[in-house]
Amino acid sequence: MAQLDTGDSKGNKGGKVRSKKQNSSVDLTAMVDLAFLLITFFMLTTSLSKPQSMDLAMPDKGDKNKPEEDILISEERTLNLVLGPDDKLQYYMGQLASPKEGPKDLTYNKESLRKIVLEKIQSVPLATRTTAKPQGEPLIVLIKASKKSTYKNLVDVLDEMAIGKVKVYAIVDITKEDNQLFEE
Amino acid sequence: MAKVKMSKKATAVDMTAMCDVAFLLLTFFILTATAKQPEIVPVETPASTVQVKLPDTDLAIITIAGSGKVFFGVKAADVRIKTLEKIGEEFNLSFTDEEKKRFSLMEEFGVPVNQLNGLIKLSSSDRNKEGIQTGIPHDSVNDQLSSWIKAARYANQEVNNVQLNFAIKGDAKEQYPEIKKIIDILQDQKVNKFNLVTGLRGE
Repeated sequence: MAQLDTGDSKGNKGGKVRSKKQNSSVDLTAMVDLAFLLITFFMLTTSLSKPQSMDLAMPDKGDKNKPEEDILISEERTLNLVLGPDDKLQYYMGQLASPKEGPKDLTYNKESLRKIVLEKIQSVPLATRTTAKPQGEPLIVLIKASKKSTYKNLVDVLDEMAIGKVKVYAIVDITKEDNQLFEE
Repeated sequence: MAKVKMSKKATAVDMTAMCDVAFLLLTFFILTATAKQPEIVPVETPASTVQVKLPDTDLAIITIAGSGKVFFGVKAADVRIKTLEKIGEEFNLSFTDEEKKRFSLMEEFGVPVNQLNGLIKLSSSDRNKEGIQTGIPHDSVNDQLSSWIKAARYANQEVNNVQLNFAIKGDAKEQYPEIKKIIDILQDQKVNKFNLVTGLRGE
């Protein structure tokens, strides 16, 4: 392979200097490896860098001068999720003064929160079935975020709404009574 | 018995064509990749399972991070210039063409209006230093954020003739009232639909 030109050899031979025959093809394997590695890297990073987004529509606030009309909804249909401090979460059905169910603790995971949401979305239309409406009424979820809850908690709950395909849900202001749930 | 003569095959494959293709693809991906802009504050968005991507055009992003600091940014550079002009009119500030051009290159910013000239003068690496950008004031006394939102909406309407969409990019650890404030400011202008920027969750 590589040889050092010592200079001695010139003197010995007075003949022609023979040019060495060089292999014309270079081994490209390593180069191709590297190129494909970089391709993979760029392919993966470009598709993942675009952030996801979650659509959120809030009800119109309406005119401030006009008195708000209260809409009455059935207690059996409303599932209240109260987001508390330190990743705590409680739920109850109906009104807090006379709850149909709860208030009980939940955690933000598949076994607890998702189970309740999926259970209620099945059971509420069954419970509200009448002869006029054989399909029943859909579930309404009220999300009440307390002052100490984090943005992550809110997104987690909204995500559960998307997973459970809950059609009617709203982020509403928390009441004093709801806040007291976490004070004990 | 006649011997079956195996034809001798060369073990080395010619890699030239493969190499060409690989580098062609590599060039393509490098050119199409959008370079990630350095963020003023690190924002860790909460994860969600939704697969909807954030729109690219006609978008303004409101970032909330670092305990209630608010940053604002519009995607399109021509809308940015128009927004700056409108803000200049409202607050009686004048900006030179050079300043407008520099401002149009800023992805996001978060300073009160009176510090805007100073911020534009800084180099892009100095702008992202800690403590330089303190957030846009958005309390009831000094609500500059809603001025920015209004200016951006008018600007987008004039330049592109479409409604501007708003995205809220909040840090996962941010407290809910801070998010609520921003939602209220948007709702006061009858913007009732917006995107929440989230990360990707596996399950």
